[in-house]
Amino acid sequence: MNLVVVNAAGLITIGLIIWWFWLSKPRARTETGTKPIEITVDQGVYTPSRIEVPVGRPIILRFLRKDPSPCAEIVLFDDFGIAVDLPVNEPTDVVVIPKEAGEFEFTCQMQMYRGQLVAKANR
Amino acid sequence: MDDKTKEPTRLSISGMSCAACVATVEDALKNTPGVDESSVNFAEHTAMVSGEAAVESLIQAVKDSGYGAAELRGAEDEEEKEAAEFAYYRKLLRQAGVAALIGGPLFLAGVLGYMPGMESASERAFWLAIGAATLFVLFYSGRHFYTGAWKAFRNHNANMDTLIALGTGTAWVYSMLITIFPAIVPSLARHAYFEAAMIIIALINFGSALEMRARGKTSEAIKRLIGLQPKTARVIRDGKEMDVPISEVGLEETLRVRPGEKIPVDGRIIDGHSSVDESMLTGEPLPVEKREDDEVVGGTINKSGTFLFQATRIGKDTALARIIEMVRQAQNTKPAIGRLADRISAFFVPSVLIIAVITFVSWGSFGPEPQLSYMLVTTMTVLIIACPCALGLATPISVMVGVGKAAEFGVLIRNGEALQTAGRLTTVVLDKTGTITEGHPTVTTLIPAPHYDETTLLQLAASIETGSEHPLAEAIVEAAKARNVSLQNVTGFEAVAGHGVTARVDGKSIAFGNEKLMQREGVSPGDLIEKAQALAAQAQTPMYLAVDGQVAGIVAVADPIKEDSRTAIARLHALGIKVAMVTGDNRATAEAVAKQVGVDEVMAEVLPQDKATKVMDLQERGEVVGMVGDGINDAPALAGANVGFAIGTGTDVAIESADITLMRGSLHGVPDAIAISNATVRNIKQNLFGAFIYNVLGIPVAAGILFPAFSILLNPIIAGAAMAMSSVTVVSNANRLRFYQPKGGSG
Repeated sequence: MNLVVVNAAGLITIGLIIWWFWLSKPRARTETGTKPIEITVDQGVYTPSRIEVPVGRPIILRFLRKDPSPCAEIVLFDDFGIAVDLPVNEPTDVVVIPKEAGEFEFTCQMQMYRGQLVAKANR
Repeated sequence: MDDKTKEPTRLSISGMSCAACVATVEDALKNTPGVDESSVNFAEHTAMVSGEAAVESLIQAVKDSGYGAAELRGAEDEEEKEAAEFAYYRKLLRQAGVAALIGGPLFLAGVLGYMPGMESASERAFWLAIGAATLFVLFYSGRHFYTGAWKAFRNHNANMDTLIALGTGTAWVYSMLITIFPAIVPSLARHAYFEAAMIIIALINFGSALEMRARGKTSEAIKRLIGLQPKTARVIRDGKEMDVPISEVGLEETLRVRPGEKIPVDGRIIDGHSSVDESMLTGEPLPVEKREDDEVVGGTINKSGTFLFQATRIGKDTALARIIEMVRQAQNTKPAIGRLADRISAFFVPSVLIIAVITFVSWGSFGPEPQLSYMLVTTMTVLIIACPCALGLATPISVMVGVGKAAEFGVLIRNGEALQTAGRLTTVVLDKTGTITEGHPTVTTLIPAPHYDETTLLQLAASIETGSEHPLAEAIVEAAKARNVSLQNVTGFEAVAGHGVTARVDGKSIAFGNEKLMQREGVSPGDLIEKAQALAAQAQTPMYLAVDGQVAGIVAVADPIKEDSRTAIARLHALGIKVAMVTGDNRATAEAVAKQVGVDEVMAEVLPQDKATKVMDLQERGEVVGMVGDGINDAPALAGANVGFAIGTGTDVAIESADITLMRGSLHGVPDAIAISNATVRNIKQNLFGAFIYNVLGIPVAAGILFPAFSILLNPIIAGAAMAMSSVTVVSNANRLRFYQPKGGSG
């Protein structure tokens, strides 16, 4: 085994893991209108998972759960004290009002489904 | 993105009396942003609205236009949900079965030494066929792991799917590579792992199916509450009685309930009387008498008579729906104890990926031959054994069962934080009236001074108390009514908080209240003071009546102690909790009540607004304080306490004012809540400890930490089995809480 190659490959892979999963973020979808934002809940992922919204305005997030596994059953917004049951194949609205700028996570109970609401102050 | 739009919303509209109202409501709805179409049906008093608007904004729009609105929704179709869950459970079992059917014989043949090597072309052709067959199984039984992992990856996220997909995928790709190009690895490393990938997929699907079954049981409490909702109601429309689905009942409609039937929605009796069994909601065992103008609650059972009532709350506004919603919300909140696990979960999977890379590199650097096999097996085992789910599930699953269990005892816990803090209480402060006592005082003794008689004494006391809202005032007015004593006109009424009342009756200046009031008015009670003290020592509350500055007598009132207050307080002592009592009553009466029930500390003659200060004083002494009160007069003290308990609110859920609402009047709800909280927090700790230890020990062992000293290496199949069972163990441990019975509990 070529030690240098294996170790170098290992270090590069670790660097890539850190960069991809912790340092870089998925591209945010920007929403400014009053229409509900549709979020699909399927196969371990909220799509879109990162949403930019204006501060101080009620935001309607319309979740459509397609994944029947119990992991996807509940969406939690810890910062807003909101927990909502998501029936399968039935759009469910969650209304949140981000009162200040910041990143607000929404997750499933086990933290495997993860999404962020990024509230930005109006320019 | 699926283009599925929202179903139209149906609202029940109240307060409409003419066609003009219809137009107003319709306009209000149409002008709501997001509404495409709306139509109001005057005959049915309903509105149908389609579009993107949220229900809350529709209801607000109708209310702003001067009418009432509530959403009309079908009873929750729990059966449909259960059917969908069962179908998914069957699918998981099928996927596990297919993978086991292929992987099992391959594994057995390998163990028994029947599998060929990879030397000849025919042997490699055999392995190629096995590879193709297992690819089909991976696709059928494990596709969700691979697509899930890929989607998560694209979202810069990593989850359990990532670990399973990488673990099994690496095994299959490596096995296929050495089958096609055996020369790339030394002969010792030419071992295929197709069967390992199969069995791991089978085990994890099987584990998920078991977990799903076990999870179903954790929500039994909520299912029981949902089951209380009747499916139909008997409404009277145009003079005709008809059975309609519960979702069709509108606000202000008249409904009939016959003996033995469930009351369909909340309302007010307009004709007839009956006794109603509310035990399913409040835990109160005795039926409650109901007559005209009394409130009835949906989901409770009409025991005897037939009555008509008018619907006042429907759909998700009913007490039962609000209780269900509150329990649901609480079940989904996390106490602080679970936050650490949440923080770890967020970093867990990428950390495991890094550990897997380090394992791969370490074996590549220091491992013995066949090095590549060791590198692959250990990396695969690390990926497979790590279980973020057990960690993530540890807290919420126990909270779900614990909060549900409490609801069975008529105890509504607002959130996980209240649940955790309730288990840490060191002192419980009980309000006296309505908490330790029944809250329905009666006049017990009348002692007139010379020149007065009992009737005059009661007449003056009752006349002056007519304008008072104090609970004792009601007792005095009731006593006067019972003795047919006529009341006199009162002028210049003034209530002096914590003292009593003053007014003028028939030109005389009257003061009625405690000793403090007499001092304030400059009245000397004279000899009556000893009699008052004797009454107070018997747990009666004596009040002096003074006429034109001279004492005219004593009216004593007593509030019977609830029969189980003493045993409930004994249970709190058994839990190691100090019990204090706070009351506005005089010290002697308070001490007498305290002695009867076994309270440790008495805070007497406390003005209502000072109760919160008393709670703060205790907190400054280092106590973790629970305050138990009626949730209305005690709101500041309840809010200031570490945990506020609202007691005896019945089905009129005092959701806003308390951390914990006790739906029945008994004080036993307090030790029940504390005992269930203790048991739940203990359960969470067991789960967290198990999940932490499992991962902290399992991952290094999988990486081969024991190999240098003991030559022990974990088989990836064993890792798969351990991983599959770890979540099941956490859920099963939480399920043990379902059988928990608080010691000495009355529920």
